[in-house]
Amino acid sequence: MSGHATYEPRSPFMKWMERRLPIASLVYSSFIAYPTPRNLNYWWTFGGILAFMLIVQIVTGVVLAMHYTPNVNLAFNSVESIMRDVDYGWLLRYIHSNGASFFFVAVYIHIARGMYYGSYKEPREVLWILGVILFLLMVVTGFMGYVLPWGQMSFWAATVITNLFSAIPAVGGGIVTWLWGGYAVGNPTLNRFYSLHYLLPFVIAGVVVLHIWALHMVGQNNPTGVEPKTEKDTVAFTPYATAKDAFFVGLFCIVFAWFIFYIPNYLGHTDNYIPANPGQTPTHIVPEWYYLPFYAILRGIPNKLLGVIALASSILILAFMPWLDTSAVRSAKYRPLYRQFLFIFFAVVIGLGYLGSQEPAGGYVIAARLFTVYYFAFFLIILPLLGLFERTKPLPNSISESVLRKGAPIGASGPPPAGVKA
Amino acid sequence: MTSHRELMTALVLAAAVAGTAIPARAQEAEAPPLQQWSFAGPFGQYDPEQLQRGFKIYREVCSTCHSLKLLSFRNLSDPGGPGFTAAQAAAIAATFQVTDGPNDQGQMFQRPGKISDYFPPPFANDQTARAALGGGLPPDMSTLAKARGYDRGFPWFIFDAFTQYQEGGPDYIHAILNGYADPPKDFALPPGTHYNKYFPGHAIAMPKPINDGQVKFTDGTPETVDQYGRDVAAFLMWASEPKLDERKRLGFQVMIYLIVLSGLLYFTKKKIWHEVELHPELEEPRAPTEYGR
Repeated sequence: MSGHATYEPRSPFMKWMERRLPIASLVYSSFIAYPTPRNLNYWWTFGGILAFMLIVQIVTGVVLAMHYTPNVNLAFNSVESIMRDVDYGWLLRYIHSNGASFFFVAVYIHIARGMYYGSYKEPREVLWILGVILFLLMVVTGFMGYVLPWGQMSFWAATVITNLFSAIPAVGGGIVTWLWGGYAVGNPTLNRFYSLHYLLPFVIAGVVVLHIWALHMVGQNNPTGVEPKTEKDTVAFTPYATAKDAFFVGLFCIVFAWFIFYIPNYLGHTDNYIPANPGQTPTHIVPEWYYLPFYAILRGIPNKLLGVIALASSILILAFMPWLDTSAVRSAKYRPLYRQFLFIFFAVVIGLGYLGSQEPAGGYVIAARLFTVYYFAFFLIILPLLGLFERTKPLPNSISESVLRKGAPIGASGPPPAGVKA
Repeated sequence: MTSHRELMTALVLAAAVAGTAIPARAQEAEAPPLQQWSFAGPFGQYDPEQLQRGFKIYREVCSTCHSLKLLSFRNLSDPGGPGFTAAQAAAIAATFQVTDGPNDQGQMFQRPGKISDYFPPPFANDQTARAALGGGLPPDMSTLAKARGYDRGFPWFIFDAFTQYQEGGPDYIHAILNGYADPPKDFALPPGTHYNKYFPGHAIAMPKPINDGQVKFTDGTPETVDQYGRDVAAFLMWASEPKLDERKRLGFQVMIYLIVLSGLLYFTKKKIWHEVELHPELEEPRAPTEYGR
């Protein structure tokens, strides 16, 4: 597919190395010569941003782990000691805690981009499913990390979320006791959460490798959703994509730094600066903002088991998108109806997020239920039916044509833009 | 479905989910009036004189009941704090009695504080505090200013991200000290509590802690509850977030760096993509090794 120059070692050492471990040619073909569609827009930079965020979280997390103590009597104060006594400990901790939020900002944009441009469709199903697995791993890792400071919200979030498993008939209670390592959330729970919170990021890193591998097998999707046909449709990953990614990582870091240095506690909850107290329930238990849409779905359903099933389904259903969407056209650019339903879907998810932060009473519950219905109807009814009834717009014949003629398909009337030989 | 039933369903569900009963929302409290803080905004820094006044109030009033366990006397001379010298901090430490031990005879003993000691708590343990104070437990003040706040509500919480409003804790603490009032006629105040306009539920266990003129200032600062509230709230903010000065100073440098870097990256990107965008039909794929030849 590439047709680009392959790596040819020049120095004697690299020639010697190439015959034994061809790591240089692997890097060369994966991150330098790798052909990327020339028409990728800035929404495609969030994959690189996510890789950057994973590294940020692992590096700050490893250093924080050198100073943190996973014990119910010491955890809160060890975090405060990081904030007060460790050199730049406040910076490490604020990068790490806000980094979790920005990791989720990036992943939500990344997922939304995939949904908009149909990146989940054939032949990218496995790539997409690996992405859903990565998102699930992030959710679990983020949750366990939130428990570690052992503040009031840490403790009660751990209690609420682990209690969800008690909804499972027959074995639920046993599972919860097993998860806790006791008969209540306590020291064994904190200890294992710490262990897993340290482990899972490396599992994520492993799945990221698979995700990138799958990506390089099938190639990137692009805003037209039309596969690259000739070499003119692609440019080399380096320097073209690298330069674009670097610029957006820079912009992303500006927003990230705004939160770290100026409003580091904006996304947190004040109650988490109160040490965990099993004897006192906070008036209003809320998860971190990035779980709020799913929390609203959970609370909207007046049966605990069904609520838990809906919560799990709301994430897992993403994995079935490649088969639920029956349309042959990938990009929402050429799917006027899908585009509208998708924007409503995005609004519904944001709306669920707001409702998840509010007290579950009166109109809020009714709204959460309506939004939940739309959430699932989007996947189970709208996606399959749209493919049958939607009249899509004509697709360009190739990426180059879309770039050269500003998206006008061959056969459409009108002259090409001035100065361009058609 | 009636709204009453909806409410009940929601409450039952919330209780089931939490595995514990969540009390119905306490009566809505007034939003605290916003104060001017020297440490607000991108260039905000603590005012050492205000922190010293706040420390005086903590020491003479709050410390009777509230501990400050995470702070050490040495912190009083840390940069970005109240600005005491190390000698002054040691002198302050020496005025406190600290429990140390066990000594060679196996006994705990009292001695004057050293600069490396932490602020000694007013009560030996929570139970002693509750027994002495009629059941209420005064919270530790080390992280209090970050552990308190109030619901800003839509749309203010969105604006706050842009205006950098992070002073909900100090505003709330100032409001509580100024919020004591006679309860409205129809308000049933539980015994042992006091009416406060800004406290969620209005019934606060802490009696009005401070009155005009109670703490003497030597620099002519007004000796009013309003001023006391601001000063002690600023001190408690410093106690919760002692590295704020450093954070905002470093933040400005990082911002400048990132903006310049992003600008350079933008022009780099523009240069690299220039030919592709200008002559898309002429551009042949080239191996990066060919650049500059």
